[in-house]
Amino acid sequence: MSAIAPPQARATTGRVMPRAWHLIERNLFVYRRTWTIIVSGFFEPLFYLVAMGYGLGRLIGDVTGPGGQPIPYAMFVAPALLATGAMNGAVAEATFNFFFKLNYNRTFQAILATPLSVRDVAVGEIAWALIRGGLYAIGFIVVIAALGLATSPLALLAIPAALLLGFAAGAVGMAATSFMRSHQDFDLINVITLPMFLFSATFYPIETYPEAIRGIVAITPLYQGVALIRGLTVGVLGPEMLFQVAYLAVMGMIGLWITSRRLDRLLRK
Amino acid sequence: MPMNPASPPLIHARGLTKRFGAFTAVDAVDFDVAPGEAFGFLGPNGAGKTSTMKMIGCTSPASGGTLTVLGMDPETQGPEIRGRLGVVPQQDTLDEELTVRENLLIYGRYFGLSRAECGRRADELLEFAQLSERGSSRVEPLSGGMKRRLTIARSLINEPDVMLLDEPTTGLDPQARHLLWDRLYRLKQRGVTLVLTTHYMDEAEQLCDRLVVMDKAKIVAEGSPRSLIEQYSTREVAEMRFAPGVQDTLDGQFNGLADRVEHLPDRVLLYAEDGEAVAVAAHDRGLRPETVLVRRSTLEDVFLRLTGRSLVD
Repeated sequence: MSAIAPPQARATTGRVMPRAWHLIERNLFVYRRTWTIIVSGFFEPLFYLVAMGYGLGRLIGDVTGPGGQPIPYAMFVAPALLATGAMNGAVAEATFNFFFKLNYNRTFQAILATPLSVRDVAVGEIAWALIRGGLYAIGFIVVIAALGLATSPLALLAIPAALLLGFAAGAVGMAATSFMRSHQDFDLINVITLPMFLFSATFYPIETYPEAIRGIVAITPLYQGVALIRGLTVGVLGPEMLFQVAYLAVMGMIGLWITSRRLDRLLRK
Repeated sequence: MPMNPASPPLIHARGLTKRFGAFTAVDAVDFDVAPGEAFGFLGPNGAGKTSTMKMIGCTSPASGGTLTVLGMDPETQGPEIRGRLGVVPQQDTLDEELTVRENLLIYGRYFGLSRAECGRRADELLEFAQLSERGSSRVEPLSGGMKRRLTIARSLINEPDVMLLDEPTTGLDPQARHLLWDRLYRLKQRGVTLVLTTHYMDEAEQLCDRLVVMDKAKIVAEGSPRSLIEQYSTREVAEMRFAPGVQDTLDGQFNGLADRVEHLPDRVLLYAEDGEAVAVAAHDRGLRPETVLVRRSTLEDVFLRLTGRSLVD
């Protein structure tokens, strides 16, 4: 074997991509065989859209949209489902799959013996979670555009907005996962994500709630993401969007920071 | 290989310390590893071998002392150092979601190698590890020996200058161990520096030019396998096994027969230059063991002398 060359003969490779990119490459290897798992996540919001948007929507008729004007119920629900799909995609990667890699597969221990750092691992894994969430967002936006539920060209911005939501929820989910001891703790994730899905002004406007409850709902990243994306698909811009973007970005940064610190504690003992 | 004073050490540690809270895992150890050397850490479980290896491998920060690896500081140049190391951890950390060949490919990518280069090296290394036929197999069904060989192959993907092997053959059957030793020996002959931990004395004698014995977080002895035996044991050992009950009546009966006498529950060990002569002398004194075994001293004798016979954990 000629693989052992003296140091000076070693080829030096230029580094164009950040090192974190290799985590995404690794996950692409895995999903090349198991892509069906990803595809299944695309159908869930679609089923909800049919059931709620069109089934229930027929009974409901029009509701008040972001700008105060009436819009069909399906048009109200579709961006919320887009947001939820992106969030769930990112959270699934950031929690369950991340836990497995962290605790059972010892993937990260192996990676940290290479030039990659814990921050590369955290960034790479969150980026991968975003890619998965982003794929759902792209698929869904095409569907709702075809159905006439996204009326504004601004709807294209819903994709980066969905990525931002995925970043916030994924990073926080990953940070939380780093504290989990066993897979039973994942029940907690469902206890948090399911009510978030149901109550974050996804199926009815936040004004439905009494004032006190609205404040609690507004804390959730999904509410902020839904409000942002709904404004974009309906085509109503507002100054509050700047706050929504900043809120999600800061939440994601905090999650990323905690994740990096936790990985350092757990893996670099 | 003796230390060459002209070439600076590849790994240099002074007062190197690792603490976990109040527990001191590595207590101010000093050692140097020269280029091309095969250097061993020998010691019972919990002696601090793995913690030392992790500090060298820049995956665990030192709590005190100085450490340089390849002339660099692990604190600030971790990625650069790791880029030139090949690490075989105690427990396999193979990526079980990937195939055998994919494990090599992606690992090469972590080191920044091009895809084409990763592919070329992966095929060579599969050959080297005798795994070419299993390239597209999943990792999970592989035998322990195959996984270990794959781990070693993986650690070579970046053509490392130094290999860190933490108990490379623990848990393997004799065939697999000998195959691994052969592969490690070949690497050494190519000039790769080997740093390994083991509690197998035969492994240390086979592979190490020089070793340190660690016990309770400290280095208690250092030298070549041969010199350690000379220093801490005798050339030969006579092992005498007596009938049940007789053993307890033998205190003092061996006085003056050997350099050192050790009473074990089931036998008596007599350490001497000439084991055969000791056996004869004992017979002349009227001692009648059921069996007598005269053998050469091994590192195991040194090890047990230095680290004691009681179980550590």
